[in-house]
Amino acid sequence: MPLSALTGLKLRERRMAAGLRQADVAAKAGISASYLNLIEHDRRKVTAAVLDRLADVLGIDRTALAEGKDAALVEDLRAAAARGEGAGVELERVEELVDRLPGWAGLLAALDARNRGLERAVEALNDRMTHDPHLSQSLHELLSSLSAVRATAAILAETPDLEADWAARFHRNLHQDSERLAAGAEALVGFLDAGRGIEEQGIAAPQEEVEDWLRSRGWALSDAELATGLEVEIGQLASNAARSLARAFVQRAAADAALLPEPLFASALAEIGPEPIALAEHFGVSALAVMRRLAGVSGVQAGLVLCDGSGTLTFRKPATGFPLPRFGSACPLWPLYAALGRPMQPFEARVQMAGQSERRHRVIAWAETRHPQGLRGPELREAAMLILADEGTAPVLRVGSSCRVCPRGDCPARREPSILAAEGLG
Amino acid sequence: MLLIEDEPNIAEAIRFLLTRDGHRVSHAIEGVAALAVLRDDCPDLVILDHMLPGMSGLEILTAIRADGTTRNLPVMMLTARGRDREMAERAGADRFMTKPFSNAEILAEVRAMLGQSGQTAG
Repeated sequence: MPLSALTGLKLRERRMAAGLRQADVAAKAGISASYLNLIEHDRRKVTAAVLDRLADVLGIDRTALAEGKDAALVEDLRAAAARGEGAGVELERVEELVDRLPGWAGLLAALDARNRGLERAVEALNDRMTHDPHLSQSLHELLSSLSAVRATAAILAETPDLEADWAARFHRNLHQDSERLAAGAEALVGFLDAGRGIEEQGIAAPQEEVEDWLRSRGWALSDAELATGLEVEIGQLASNAARSLARAFVQRAAADAALLPEPLFASALAEIGPEPIALAEHFGVSALAVMRRLAGVSGVQAGLVLCDGSGTLTFRKPATGFPLPRFGSACPLWPLYAALGRPMQPFEARVQMAGQSERRHRVIAWAETRHPQGLRGPELREAAMLILADEGTAPVLRVGSSCRVCPRGDCPARREPSILAAEGLG
Repeated sequence: MLLIEDEPNIAEAIRFLLTRDGHRVSHAIEGVAALAVLRDDCPDLVILDHMLPGMSGLEILTAIRADGTTRNLPVMMLTARGRDREMAERAGADRFMTKPFSNAEILAEVRAMLGQSGQTAG
């Protein structure tokens, strides 16, 4: 996270906007008022840990304190390095790169974003080429016509003593097949033209598109908004797939809201706290519904991940200091996966995320099963993991985001090498 | 030999070529009829298209290999896509011809297969 001149200024602005005195903020953050004063005037560098504490005291996200734009740029460049081979990339100097050469850093991130867009387009097209029945049928038609044309034309050209009636027959066949070939080629071009939007839009993964939309709304949708269906906003998403996912998300959130309406939920939350299992008991509803609700109402600082039976993350709301993988699988040590293997059994753990701040979190995981086609149909599983800040001192489970960007060198669950310098599993 | 191909103009061209080369060629356009021909008349060789209506070429090949009387019958598959070849190989095809094939290629393959199986044209 780059901490340059603007960090101190932003701290000061946020503190003053909240009407807080330096001494009060400093005391709550466990530092001296004079130190805070130096930080605010950019005469002392602030450490990541202190910045986290100040962000908590001011009730804001740490990334908003570090230079917002630069912080995002640093994260983008780290992600770019993780996606690339990474060897020889001076990851430890990424912040310096952003500070010193912001233009080049921005260009690099933009090129990486474009590269990812193109990769997705290629993947989508490849998927389309492989699985699209219409395309497969069109190609089969073309190849069949071409085969007939080739075989027939060769007979006509290479058989000097061909009888007249056979020659007439093959000429007729040749004409038929050339017509089929032209019609098939035209249909194929029309089909491929209709899919041009895929490349032009650079398609973000639909899930990312929906998450970006939710992020732009602060991850909170009020009950009144859910009741409207939010169709206008959903209609502005770029892809059909994202619109479909967003509608399903809103539909489920509305169902959760009907079970746990805002005033009653807020009241129970104030009484019980962000305890999904206890809240589920209190309301007599699914703990998954409570966890989704906790992550979707304003005023609760909670991250949330959901996964399906394959372990694929289907929803990612990050928490400060707990980065979530954008691609590929997550850390296998997350209690999310323990819960997935044992539905209806709560898993709670204090975890410490590998990385800059080694911040602690309390996570609660829970999984449920469904049989949408009855007992004769497949069993579907869904697991959720709620991510809450933790200030305790209890022993922690040391986890990461995903193996590729995790420095824990001797992690027993590692499935692939990291691009980061290895550290011991302290 | 038996040609199992649903595209009439391809079938006509192949039959013409092979007949001129001295072979007797039966023709079926789908799997049920083809298996009936195989039961009644044991050919020396089968040329089998991959994409057929009803039973696919792979299903027909599987049925041929499952039947004791046709288990060892030489089968050449006509495929349109490269990845079909691997599946055909697993199902027990002896040779493959990828569309669009040349007449010279198909003649050469048929002669080679009949020579390998020790049969004369038929």
